[in-house]
Amino acid sequence: MELAKKVVRRILFYVVIGFGTAFFALPVLWLLSAPFDDRPTYAVRPPREFTLGNFQEILDNRYAVGSLVNSTILSVGTMVVVVVAAALAAYALSRARVPGRDGLIYLLLLLSSVVTGTAAMVPIFLLIFQLGLIDSHFGVVLVLSGGLLPAAIFLLKDFIDTIPRSYEESARVFGASPLQILRHVVVPVARPGLATIAVWTIVQVWGSFLTPFILLRDPDKQPAAVLVRTFYTEGGSPNLGLIAAFSFLYSIPVVLMYLLAWSRYGFRFHGGIKS
Amino acid sequence: MAAIEIAGLTKVFPGNVRALDALDLSIVDGEFFALLGPSGCGKTTLLRTIAGLESATEGTVHIGARNVTALPPGARDVAMVFQDYALFPHMTVEDNIGYPLRIRRQPKASRSAQARGVGSQLGLDGLMARRPAALSGGQQQRVALARAVACHPSVFLFDEPLSNLDARLRLEARTFLKRLQRELGVTTVFVTHDQAEALALADRIAVMEAGRIRQLGTPREVFGKPANTFVANFIGSTPMNLLRAVAVPGGVEISGHPLPVSADLADGEKVTVGIRPEYMNLSVAPGAIPGVVSIVEHLGTSSLVTVDVEGLLVGAVVPEDAEPEPGAQVWLTPAAGRVLVYRDGELVA
Amino acid sequence: MPRADTTDAVGLGRSRAVGFVAPALLLIGFFLVFPGVWTLYIGATNFRLTGIAARSPDFVGLDNYRVALGDERFYHSLWLTLLFVFGSAVIGQNGLGFTLAWALRDTRKWLKRTLETLVLLAWILPSSVVAFLWVAMLDRDGGTINELLRTTPGVAWLVEYPLTSIIIFNIWRGTAFSMMLYSAALSSVPPSHLETARLAGASGSQTLRDVVLPYIRRYALTNTLLITLWTFNDFTPFLLTASDPDAEIVAIYIYNKALVAGEMGYSGAISLIVLLINLLLALVYLRVGRRGTR
Repeated sequence: MELAKKVVRRILFYVVIGFGTAFFALPVLWLLSAPFDDRPTYAVRPPREFTLGNFQEILDNRYAVGSLVNSTILSVGTMVVVVVAAALAAYALSRARVPGRDGLIYLLLLLSSVVTGTAAMVPIFLLIFQLGLIDSHFGVVLVLSGGLLPAAIFLLKDFIDTIPRSYEESARVFGASPLQILRHVVVPVARPGLATIAVWTIVQVWGSFLTPFILLRDPDKQPAAVLVRTFYTEGGSPNLGLIAAFSFLYSIPVVLMYLLAWSRYGFRFHGGIKS
Repeated sequence: MAAIEIAGLTKVFPGNVRALDALDLSIVDGEFFALLGPSGCGKTTLLRTIAGLESATEGTVHIGARNVTALPPGARDVAMVFQDYALFPHMTVEDNIGYPLRIRRQPKASRSAQARGVGSQLGLDGLMARRPAALSGGQQQRVALARAVACHPSVFLFDEPLSNLDARLRLEARTFLKRLQRELGVTTVFVTHDQAEALALADRIAVMEAGRIRQLGTPREVFGKPANTFVANFIGSTPMNLLRAVAVPGGVEISGHPLPVSADLADGEKVTVGIRPEYMNLSVAPGAIPGVVSIVEHLGTSSLVTVDVEGLLVGAVVPEDAEPEPGAQVWLTPAAGRVLVYRDGELVA
Repeated sequence: MPRADTTDAVGLGRSRAVGFVAPALLLIGFFLVFPGVWTLYIGATNFRLTGIAARSPDFVGLDNYRVALGDERFYHSLWLTLLFVFGSAVIGQNGLGFTLAWALRDTRKWLKRTLETLVLLAWILPSSVVAFLWVAMLDRDGGTINELLRTTPGVAWLVEYPLTSIIIFNIWRGTAFSMMLYSAALSSVPPSHLETARLAGASGSQTLRDVVLPYIRRYALTNTLLITLWTFNDFTPFLLTASDPDAEIVAIYIYNKALVAGEMGYSGAISLIVLLINLLLALVYLRVGRRGTR
């Protein structure tokens, strides 16, 4: 009886693992094979003829390279705004006594999950329109920052809370001014947290579709997220080779950043559980 | 090098928590001074107030001749070593030690030389290029000390300097700390909850409870003549025997057994008698108080014997060769002059 | 230590602290809070993108809301969204995430790492890319799904079963978060609790029920709340089904009404209703959470 139960459990385990692996790997395999396929199809299969010609097509496409540049501009721009603003705010919230602080943070967090995206599509569009920032990268950066800041502050504050105050107090007793303390002690020690937030922001913006889709009109300004969709929704049969190669290039930076951050700092934040 | 004068110091935290209650304290220049007490007694708050990390609600703090009560921490010329050492993890040992000098804008070359000098003085040669994470607990502690020494302050403040070390290391570090302070001659105030540590290290001790100083004195005074039952209970590795007694002519009576005591007591008065187990003589031959041996705890070169005196439990320390059997009939006799009498918790004689 | 743990360790002072928080608060206030509040106002007008109502919109009070409450298409959209959220998030991501986390908890490091990487990849890849990967998978003539199932003629999944397709898609997309959260939660269960159960003779499933689940209940609730809210407002299915009315979840409905049909005022009202539903959901979760822990 014991043995039978064990066998069943083993089988169940392998079924779950097998299913999980197949389920998650299958769609992605296309991204690894099709870019190098001379004549790719929708189905996942090893390339009939290995080629790099698809990548050449990217260079020939009018908007492709430019869109990657746009994605970079938006990602890095938003990252800078978010990291600086969130770091300052998180530090002050962690160290200073503000009444109702915890409630405020949770409220903002809730708001940012609910308000960004579709519910605020309309007013954001109108707001940017009134500010004359439609069709500008700056406008997109501002909107994305506003949406990402509550979560960034929440995560960063949690992190800064774990830095012992004795570092700062020690420096203060030795005569350092608040700015010196921040520069010499706090920022270096908080570097892992800041780096994580920076990577997180870049990844969020890199893949962000809705906001650029709504706020940018000029195809020359659009980031890769929007362009990929254009490739497969425009009329006629889509150029699978181009889509495959472009998606591949577009995905690589994000995957690399994640691997980098994960190997270095680990996935530390999961709604409050530190692992 | 400076004396510390504290007058009428009161600290009230939000929520009406009275951490310090109108304290008066004079710490002599060059003294190794201990603030001792259980957690929550206010000793760390007092230390932090001297440092300037907490502001006084009322009262004044003078360091040397200066009134520092309103001065920020950096301007008080004190150095503080925290319980977790607060070594900056991203700086090398040398940079850590030299940090106070960096704040004073000392040029890099002389800073480096001075840091190395102090590091050498504290036995840190060869470790100067390491990061704190690569050091042992004892080494980290010495780096923290070195950093405090390097800036030549008037006062050292130590918050539980030894409690992060494991037991064996703690004793070695204790001797090291005492010798260091003697060499440097800097006024040192340290906080501890370990009474043995305070007795070993300090020139004088302030025993605190609930924001007040319950007794101020040398280790000998505090150990030998605790001013009240709180101090009596707190000091000493083995808990002091505090026994209910009644005053009779010429002394007191414990469970009907008389003890000669020279104290000014009214006949029939209810008092508490304090006798350290170390000063309690245990014998088979008849003595002052009879009892039955209940528990024997081996302590190494001696043993703690708990004797049942008609329901009252009394402790006595005996040398290892004189351990009695549980259940044996014995007699307890306090050493002459070691009997303390407390009326309402305060020392009478 | 009878001290509040938020001491000003650095001597920042109140004015500097306010100055620190200001930039973030300004950005959040302007581009998050203000639009949220403005939705309230717009919903009470008949503002349109084009035409007279664009230049000078009228205040129509609760008219929009009245229309919305009678709007068949809106209710249909809400129903679809409910199915979408419940199927893909509450059941799907939660269930699959936990199952994987539980199955992997004791396995060899390489296996755990590999599977975690795969699951994570689904979450990391940009939404436009993953959307296309699934478009390719689900294609009627050349898609991998049809090839594997050997259906002839091929099934146009996105056309015939759009809601199911986006549900499966969203499960695939979002399981990573739940899996990582449950993985962390499971590893934080004190080993002594598990060992006590083991010594008492409890089987794997009994341990799961009696020791593990009560312990991670709090995390499960937080997780479910987060993914519910995220999924409710998710626009990504648009990349798969565009304006297919059988998959017109609320997010896409608002988009269609606002930017395609140009009825800003009306969609503003809808947006507010959606916002309120979200707050309601959050409140329900918080209430359930609080009751459980007392």
